[in-house]
Amino acid sequence: MSARRSDRFASRERRELRREVLISPYPELGLVAMDGPNDPEPGLELKDGRVVAMDGRRAEDFDIIDRFVARYGLDLDVAAEAAQLTDGEIAHRLVDVGVPRADLVRLSRGLTPARLARVVSLLDPVELMFALKKLRARRAPANQAHVTNLKENPALLAADAAEAAARGFAEVETTVGVSRYAPLNAVAILVGSQTGRPGVMTQCAVEERRNLQLAIQGLVTYAETLSVYGTEPVFVDGDDTPWSKAFLASAYASRGVKVRFTSGGGSEALMGHAQGCSMLYLEARCLAVIRAAGSQGVQNGSISCVALVLSVPGGVREILAENVLAAWLDLEVASGNDAIASHSEIRKTAKLMGQFLPGTDFVTSGYSVMPREDNTFGGGNYDADDLEEWMTVQRDWQVDAGIEPVAEGDVLAVRAKAARAVQAVFAGLDFPSITDAEVDAATYGYASRDLPDRDRAADVAAADRVMDGAVSALDVVHELDLAGFTDVAEAVLGMQRQRVSADYLQTSAIIEPDGAVRSAVSDPNAYEGPGTGYRLEGERWQRLQQLPYVLDPQEETSSNGVLSSVLETHVATVDDEPDDVVVAVGPAFAAALRMTINGLPHADVLRAITEGVREGGGRPRLVRVRRSSDVAFIAHDGARLSGSGIAVGLQSKGTAVIHRADLQPLDNLELFGMSPLYSLDSYRAMGRNAAAYALGHAVGPVPTQLDNFARAKLIVRTTLLHARETAEVVRDAEPIELELTEDHA
Amino acid sequence: MSEMGFDPASDYPLGSRRPDLVRTPSGLALAELTLEAARAGRFGPDELRATAETLRRQSAVALAAGRTQLADNLARAAELADVPAETILEIYTALRPHRSTAEELEAWATRLETELSAPLTAAFVREAATAYFERGLLETGERTAV
Repeated sequence: MSARRSDRFASRERRELRREVLISPYPELGLVAMDGPNDPEPGLELKDGRVVAMDGRRAEDFDIIDRFVARYGLDLDVAAEAAQLTDGEIAHRLVDVGVPRADLVRLSRGLTPARLARVVSLLDPVELMFALKKLRARRAPANQAHVTNLKENPALLAADAAEAAARGFAEVETTVGVSRYAPLNAVAILVGSQTGRPGVMTQCAVEERRNLQLAIQGLVTYAETLSVYGTEPVFVDGDDTPWSKAFLASAYASRGVKVRFTSGGGSEALMGHAQGCSMLYLEARCLAVIRAAGSQGVQNGSISCVALVLSVPGGVREILAENVLAAWLDLEVASGNDAIASHSEIRKTAKLMGQFLPGTDFVTSGYSVMPREDNTFGGGNYDADDLEEWMTVQRDWQVDAGIEPVAEGDVLAVRAKAARAVQAVFAGLDFPSITDAEVDAATYGYASRDLPDRDRAADVAAADRVMDGAVSALDVVHELDLAGFTDVAEAVLGMQRQRVSADYLQTSAIIEPDGAVRSAVSDPNAYEGPGTGYRLEGERWQRLQQLPYVLDPQEETSSNGVLSSVLETHVATVDDEPDDVVVAVGPAFAAALRMTINGLPHADVLRAITEGVREGGGRPRLVRVRRSSDVAFIAHDGARLSGSGIAVGLQSKGTAVIHRADLQPLDNLELFGMSPLYSLDSYRAMGRNAAAYALGHAVGPVPTQLDNFARAKLIVRTTLLHARETAEVVRDAEPIELELTEDHA
Repeated sequence: MSEMGFDPASDYPLGSRRPDLVRTPSGLALAELTLEAARAGRFGPDELRATAETLRRQSAVALAAGRTQLADNLARAAELADVPAETILEIYTALRPHRSTAEELEAWATRLETELSAPLTAAFVREAATAYFERGLLETGERTAV
């Protein structure tokens, strides 16, 4: 059977999308997004103020997760109220703009994991987005950055952290390839972030003991390494229980660390113990544990298993439903979008919109501010090369997804300053020195491959000194101060004052440059319909519009080439010679405008056409039509003046038409609408063809190319040039004959 | 939680609204933690952390906002504020699955309650012990020295 293949099917197989595997659901392995056939029926049975059955299990059969949720995660009074409502009624409330967030959060306290999953699965994608917008804890969305590099170069880490901070990221996370590096990386991003913008919170994702030690020394302020799973075997394989994780959360908080748990669909299936349940149901169990443990928030939305969730039908919707559930449970949500979701740019960004448009507390759990090759988290879903796309999409939707445009010069300045600041700190602490060459490459380079190699053994030895407790954030403050980086010293000290007041331990907290803490307590989301809650408007909207590559439309047409030597001689007359071919140009041609959209000087275009007409045996006559800027009327007016009845009409932007007097104005002999593609040879060919029509010769159309992107690329300039031409229109004005002088400046 | 003049529903953020209530472990005010004071060596790194009292206030703020479990977490954190990091890490390890016998967890609970003045955390450890017993997550096999 060697069936002949379709070239189109074969072509599609080579697309990026086809590098990934899509599968049909396999519920037995947990490879089903939501509403799994084996998910338990929601249920809650109470007796004497105690839970005796939940979600299909009797209390004596509860696993460690059920026990934890039943003990700490349910408000039994609310549960009694919730029992009076149908799933549909609760789902309706989630999208009812008249039901405040606080009521929904309260209601969630009486719902079991299976019921939470069931209710949220009733929402379609747009309803999920609306619910997420309504349920977000903090008023305004924000974003988190990932900052790492393959060489663990501190100057580059500091420069990238500084740029991230300057671009408005509220949190910066780093990690390590070699765990002993952790303290140096933590110092580098602390110094860098506070150089870019005071108040940015930082973390270093490492093993708990190291992390706690870094926190005690004031070098990090948050952690999101506390992973939770939806089945007991996976939880235990992860060497934890809900109790040990909850204790760890309290331990972190006791050291002033803001804690965010991690969960997400697909992890249980990946680890082989999904117990036949759907991803959403297991995530609902995770989230119930996380709230019960007293975490202020979670990073979820599949996170590192995102590609597995996207392999099954409804996967993207399931991920959004996870985020909605977390927000509904009153948790701060850092909504994934950090691990690579798909090879396909289309698919990846389609998925992103679920979080991007409603806005979450952190739209990504880590936007890679450096190129992908330096992302040691396993490659960022979006990275340094995607920044302009991200900011443009923000501008397209008028949506604040937490990244601000910064001019190149400002970025270079803040990168250089951060690299020099960390250089000074390393020198002051007697760490292996950071050279000026490293500072320079960290400022201007693309990636760590542009930086010289460091003595990694010496760096690790220095890192060990930090871990021995010899270096704290206060030492960093001293060194910055001594080296003259007073403002950075103040900012690092400011973060230490934040640790003393501990306000950032409240839900969804981020810190403003002036030290103000914005959290769900001080700045809650109070969306109640159009015109309420957070909207991107005013100064912030202006700011997010100011992309460095936005052009000023006024300037686009103000200096359009050099003045060409075209003289207006007299009012055009009707000619009756059969070889007379009129070349009719628009009102702005070789006057207010001087070049085509393709950059061809108008005089050169006229010369090419008239030469073409002569080559074809015709006698060219130049006329300016002033009453219209429409190429059809310019050409038709010219044709009516022409002795042969033939004219070439030409707009200033370069669009051309060959017309004949007896045709309707909007008809034509040949239309050349792709002006950006025409060369002088093209215009010469148009002239030749016009002459051939005039003399009654057989004519083959001028060959033209097709550029499908011309419209997208040039529609703005087309609009501006056409507007300029239209502005030159004089109603009822007579056509004028033109003379092309030989010498043009 | 009935400190004079502290209203958890309106005094947050403490650092900006009630700096008078915020102190370092040795009693310095936020306003005293300046760069000049740092230059003069008037405080060390151990001063730069939240006290148990501040964490209890944050717990009250969370409770006033309706976040009961976060409040409980921060109340446990307040209890742990003065517990040495090594001890905390030992308790964490003891709470991991299959690490402790019922007696060992009870010993930690007793120590938390009496020696470390952490009754909430002690109760939490006891509840863990019960759940671990019922789910077979206590240490059962050969002991290895920890």
